[in-house]
Amino acid sequence: MREKILNYIEKNSRVELAELAVLLGTTEAEITKELTDMESEGIICGYHTLIDWDKVTTDRVNALIEVRVTPQRGHGFDDIAERIYKYPEVNATYLISGGYDLLVSLEGKTLKEVSSFVTQKLSTLENVISTTTHFVLKKYKDHGTILNGDKTDERMIMMP
Amino acid sequence: MRNPLSETIVNIKPSGIRKFFDIASEMKDVISLGVGEPDFDTPWHIRDEGIYSLEKGRTFYTSNSGLIELREEITGYIGRKCGIEYDPKSQVIITVGGSEAIDIAMRAMCDPGDEVLIPQPSYVSYEPCAILAGAVPVIIELKNEDEFRLTKQELLDSVTDKTKILVMPFPNNPTGAVMTREDLEDIAKVCIEKDIFVLSDEIYSELTYCGDHCSIASLPGMQERTILINGFSKGFAMTGWRLGYACGPEQIISQMTKIHQFCIMCAPTTSQYAAVEALRNGDKDVKMMRESYDQRRRFLMHSFKEMGLSCFEPYGAFYVFPDIREFGMTSEEFAFALLDAERLAVVPGSAFGDSGEGFIRISYAYSLEKLKVAMERLGHYIEGLRNRK
Repeated sequence: MREKILNYIEKNSRVELAELAVLLGTTEAEITKELTDMESEGIICGYHTLIDWDKVTTDRVNALIEVRVTPQRGHGFDDIAERIYKYPEVNATYLISGGYDLLVSLEGKTLKEVSSFVTQKLSTLENVISTTTHFVLKKYKDHGTILNGDKTDERMIMMP
Repeated sequence: MRNPLSETIVNIKPSGIRKFFDIASEMKDVISLGVGEPDFDTPWHIRDEGIYSLEKGRTFYTSNSGLIELREEITGYIGRKCGIEYDPKSQVIITVGGSEAIDIAMRAMCDPGDEVLIPQPSYVSYEPCAILAGAVPVIIELKNEDEFRLTKQELLDSVTDKTKILVMPFPNNPTGAVMTREDLEDIAKVCIEKDIFVLSDEIYSELTYCGDHCSIASLPGMQERTILINGFSKGFAMTGWRLGYACGPEQIISQMTKIHQFCIMCAPTTSQYAAVEALRNGDKDVKMMRESYDQRRRFLMHSFKEMGLSCFEPYGAFYVFPDIREFGMTSEEFAFALLDAERLAVVPGSAFGDSGEGFIRISYAYSLEKLKVAMERLGHYIEGLRNRK
């Protein structure tokens, strides 16, 4: 049941609990209990909104920054990652396998905000060896949702 | 000039529903719940495999029975899903949709005068296919109180010494009825006792919502007298690829292959390559779609309950078949009035045989958002009818 609830609310967290109970063939009480439990267990970490900012304003940009760092004895990458993700402008931080170590995502910022973050904050951190900033030119798909993906129903009634 | 037409063809009734949906398609703001195909696109990895086969230049005929890789995947799939073993070399034929398989199975098996038992309400092509095969269609009228399942008694009442084939259309279009193993055991006994062959159309086998699908061919003594028909259209959302198959005794499959060879040559090559991918890696897609249909099914049953509309709970396909007899209208009158008053198009149950009279078919191969608006309209309409009384 948990997985079914999660699969559903991952796509639509605004569904009414009574309706979700009908769809999944269970009771509203059961859904409420599972949601509360999963919130307190840290499985559900928030209910956010997927926004296509390009349609709201044109001066916001998204950036993905590759960061190479020197890991620290006893702490690995965790300490340096923490120093980075604590900046409020950072949207996501991942430890990555491959040619660099951390991938830092900044969303919905102005060009100036991104550049000052990289030059004044990120690059100056002690264990940061180098950074490469990629600006997102166009977002096609986010959180499993195709942006601008409206489709008309082309099916015809062939036979009853 | 002489009459250029065959009397047999001219005498076959055209599908009466055309007119209704022609009218519906010209009205504005109509919500139609009439379509009988999935609203999902074919999963991308399957489409991709079709594209790849074109890039590779695999644009030639395949063997008449279809790609051996695909036949092997099919026998593996049926083994794992239904526990039946077929020989991919001699007991499988790939067809242009399940529809072709129905047609050539009847033609391979019927002589003039043979009777074909067709339970109704059911898909509209069994009857014309039987006629075109020179056989005599004999209709068995299924009942709402049996949840539109075929009973042993109904079968026994219809069997004569001319009965050759029993069509088993489950999970059923339009009722959504399924038959359980126990239900099928009763039917199988009669078929063996009376020496009748079964044409089992299991095109909706992936779409059951209460336990796994059971094929009548898996029951003892039935594999040798059953043609199992299935395809990729419904479960894998591949209607436009036109790909189905039939499995059965070599004796019958080889004659079906002969007809297929002369009128079709082989099923579309691109579709066959895509279907191999569907069977190899498509389980999770089917599961996702099934879960989505099941949610919508539950939503509709809940809505009917709220509006006090009587409907048995169907566990298969993507249709519900509510009972509208309380309103004292024919299915067609109801459907036309509903379209007119609320701009909601549903299919009159009578389109699927006389025993569908008094019912309407609602397809839930539509998004939940659309179904919600549709149920508001239906509820509003029904309330109006009741207030008028």
